[in-house]
Amino acid sequence: MSVPITLTVNGKAVTANVDPRTLLVQLIREQLQLTGTHVGCDTAQCGACTVHLNGRAVKSCSMLAVQAQGAEVTTIEGLSKAGELHPMQSAFRECHGLQCGFCTPGMVMSAVNLLKDKPNASEQEIREGLEGNICRCTGYHNIVKSIQRCQSGKVGNTGVAV
Amino acid sequence: MTDMSQPPLSPIGQPQLRREDYRFLTGAGQYTDDVVLPGQTFGHFLRSPHAHARIKSIDISKAAKAPGVVQIFTGADLAEAKVGGLPCGWLIHSKDGSPMKEPPHPVLAQGKVRHVGDQVALIVAETALQAKDASELIEVDYDVLPAVIDITTADTAGSAVHDEVPNNVCYDWGHGNKDAVDAAFKQAAKVSTLEFVNNRLIPNAMEPRAANAHYTKHDDSYTLYVANQNPHVERLLMSAFVLGLPESKVRVIAPDVGGGFGSKIFLYAEETALVWASKRVNRPIKWTAERSESFLTDAHGRDHHTKVELAMDAKGNFLALRVNTIANMGAYLSTFASSVPTILYATLLAGQYRTPAIYAEVKAVFTTTAPVDAYRGAGRPEATYVVERIVEQAARDLKMDPAALRRQNFITEFPYATPVGLTYDTGNYAAHLDKAIQLADVAGFPARKAASAAKGRLRGLGYSCYIEACGLAPSNIAGALGARAGLFEAGEVRVHPTGTVTVFTGSHSHGQGHETTFAQVVAAKLGIPVANVEIVHGDTGRVPFGMGTYGSRSLSVGGTAIVKAVDKIIAKGKKIAAHLLEAADTDIEFDNGEFKVKGTDKKVPFGSVALTAYVPHNYPLDKLEPGLNENAFYDPTNFTYPSGTYVCEVEVDPDTGKTRVERFTAVDDFGNIVNPMIVSGQVHGGLAQGLGQAMMEACVYDPDSGQLLTGTYMDYTMPRADDLPNFTVDHTVTPCTHNPLGVKGCGEAGAIGSPPAFMNALTDALGVKDLAMPATAERVWRAAHQNA
Repeated sequence: MSVPITLTVNGKAVTANVDPRTLLVQLIREQLQLTGTHVGCDTAQCGACTVHLNGRAVKSCSMLAVQAQGAEVTTIEGLSKAGELHPMQSAFRECHGLQCGFCTPGMVMSAVNLLKDKPNASEQEIREGLEGNICRCTGYHNIVKSIQRCQSGKVGNTGVAV
Repeated sequence: MTDMSQPPLSPIGQPQLRREDYRFLTGAGQYTDDVVLPGQTFGHFLRSPHAHARIKSIDISKAAKAPGVVQIFTGADLAEAKVGGLPCGWLIHSKDGSPMKEPPHPVLAQGKVRHVGDQVALIVAETALQAKDASELIEVDYDVLPAVIDITTADTAGSAVHDEVPNNVCYDWGHGNKDAVDAAFKQAAKVSTLEFVNNRLIPNAMEPRAANAHYTKHDDSYTLYVANQNPHVERLLMSAFVLGLPESKVRVIAPDVGGGFGSKIFLYAEETALVWASKRVNRPIKWTAERSESFLTDAHGRDHHTKVELAMDAKGNFLALRVNTIANMGAYLSTFASSVPTILYATLLAGQYRTPAIYAEVKAVFTTTAPVDAYRGAGRPEATYVVERIVEQAARDLKMDPAALRRQNFITEFPYATPVGLTYDTGNYAAHLDKAIQLADVAGFPARKAASAAKGRLRGLGYSCYIEACGLAPSNIAGALGARAGLFEAGEVRVHPTGTVTVFTGSHSHGQGHETTFAQVVAAKLGIPVANVEIVHGDTGRVPFGMGTYGSRSLSVGGTAIVKAVDKIIAKGKKIAAHLLEAADTDIEFDNGEFKVKGTDKKVPFGSVALTAYVPHNYPLDKLEPGLNENAFYDPTNFTYPSGTYVCEVEVDPDTGKTRVERFTAVDDFGNIVNPMIVSGQVHGGLAQGLGQAMMEACVYDPDSGQLLTGTYMDYTMPRADDLPNFTVDHTVTPCTHNPLGVKGCGEAGAIGSPPAFMNALTDALGVKDLAMPATAERVWRAAHQNA
């Protein structure tokens, strides 16, 4: 049995037939071939699958694709336009906020949402706001710096915060 | 406007932003699970629910008829095809001269399962969910046997993990001079002792292991995409030792790999089964581990039980160190498992100190747990923990300042031959100790401790002065120590007609940023922009050969191979330039991208020489081949010896047991640094893993059932952003003396040096001799209250 759904992904209307048990992340990765959204666990802990659903960061492994009926979904591929980087993406690059890159899309999507909710978040609030995303490479040091740089509006400088 | 009076800045030493980041930040990275091949099928492994059991029967008849199932394979199919077991790459001999026990490590279980998660059957189906659904229809009749979990009693457990190893002892190894150590202990004025566990860890790279195997009938060849750190080693082990295939028929591609930390060095059963089965089903088969499978089946790390004794004279000079360790191998010998608690461990027990006599005994045992192998640091964190915890304990026993006791015993003259088989080429241990003391504001610690006490909190400070042996490894030395492979590295530098360069390296980047760092090195050597250098890695079909990335070897060994290939390019370029400039070869010098005739203004740029090599109209064809493409292999003459001083300061809330790292200062000597931004990032990540081990991470098996109790991220505590402090990271530099870049390696230091620094700080705060890692809030609370 498959169920038809329609939703908007990165600004484009999408129609798909899905097995009812299909997770949103499986729809995104396997049917839509948007492989920037990653799966790092099976208990909704790691946050590698984070996307924006109607403007809010959600873990796309913890909801069914059918629950996204009619929703607007933004994945990492849709965060920036026409080859440019979103300021948060630039900040991660400038502050070496990524190493292997696997947690990065989810981390960036969460970070964007974090600053949307708390534009003036303190360092401690940033660290707490990243609770739902696990990174094994960076020790979070430069991820926190990246978010702070994005917050400061100084993105685009060539200097590197270490 | 560019100031033309200044020479352009060399790319070496610059915090060049990473070239790989754009793809990772825009979702364009391509990891193994992102690869979809035409006709793709999906594999799922049925795994043992028991720690230890005999398989009485396997019935696949219902599953074989399930929707979407293509074929199901069990151990019987592999036995019939005479597929061998997975090999171990390092032979260790016991004290009595006997070789280690190497029981078979089957690709799919043969008659017995030996840990929860042991693979029993491979189900291939049209979709991953169909494969998983079908696996639930397979009926396996097990005769459950007793689990063997406790390593301290494994040899008397009375239950053999492998029938051919009744006492579960893989080897009982000794290293160093036992007699000299025994004699020194008799003379000692003071002996300090400790006994502790180095807790078992699960590596947890964020990308789960994955493989996609594809058989091509037209040329009878195989292509394997796999999340792996060393694709050539993977190919060699799989083709030559297991499947009996010529290497020329197997291509291994390790594309973007989402972290490794050691756990993706090894040849695993899953990808081996997939490659073998892909020919049987004549379709590509993909398998991606669910995180639960990663917890159960990735090779784990550490897991030692150790007793250590340090003998000193009355003034605190170290006389001898005696170490006795039991190490867990798990159920099977993983690829490099046997070398980790021996060659990579006992050889590091001198640390930074002039301890004249050292002896270590290591007993390695089989248990009904996942295999244990190299995890970030691999033996060196365990050695550092032993040395730096006992040295701290000695300072407490002697009532000496721990920094002063360390300094008093530092090795100060180089080269220095340790009593455990290594020769340190260079170092300056006092330099990083001094810098760390200053950066950590150790002088201000008493005031901070008093301020904490005023709030009812306990504050402690701990040091760790670590050393590691990196740049694995001189092949002849490794071979003499039991390695069954060479440990050189290969590189190829291909200059294109237009002067751009593609570098093919046997090193593999899974987060380390080689595409940036290696390009900086080549650009600096050739005097061309970094943007003109492309780095290719991770593909046995494109890279000539390689031993891969582990042991912080990429720049010191892999980078040196590239430098040697670049040197050959320059040497050939000089001959071409000499012809163009009508000068003798010996009169040509190469500097900053230009070949010049010494003492004249006659010169030709690198790009022109490249073009001439490929358009050889005016060219010494009688003496020189056209083209500009060079290979090099580099086998190091020694290990490299990064060292450093870490200072950790913690504050404990005795009411809750909550411990916070208030300050963490890391001063490392990695030799010369090519990209300081990347190096600092490596240190941060290593520190997080080391502090994770010390503070929260623990792999726990139920001692009776052998079930993994920490099999998800809700049970195995990974460090999160709010568990960790801002790190203070700095460097001192003594360049490595035996590689041309003067580099030592930086990938593992943080994970090696930080656990003892944290535990020394915590035990200082609590006023206790020892506390088991991980120092959970419960353990800290109990210790705080026991002390009160």
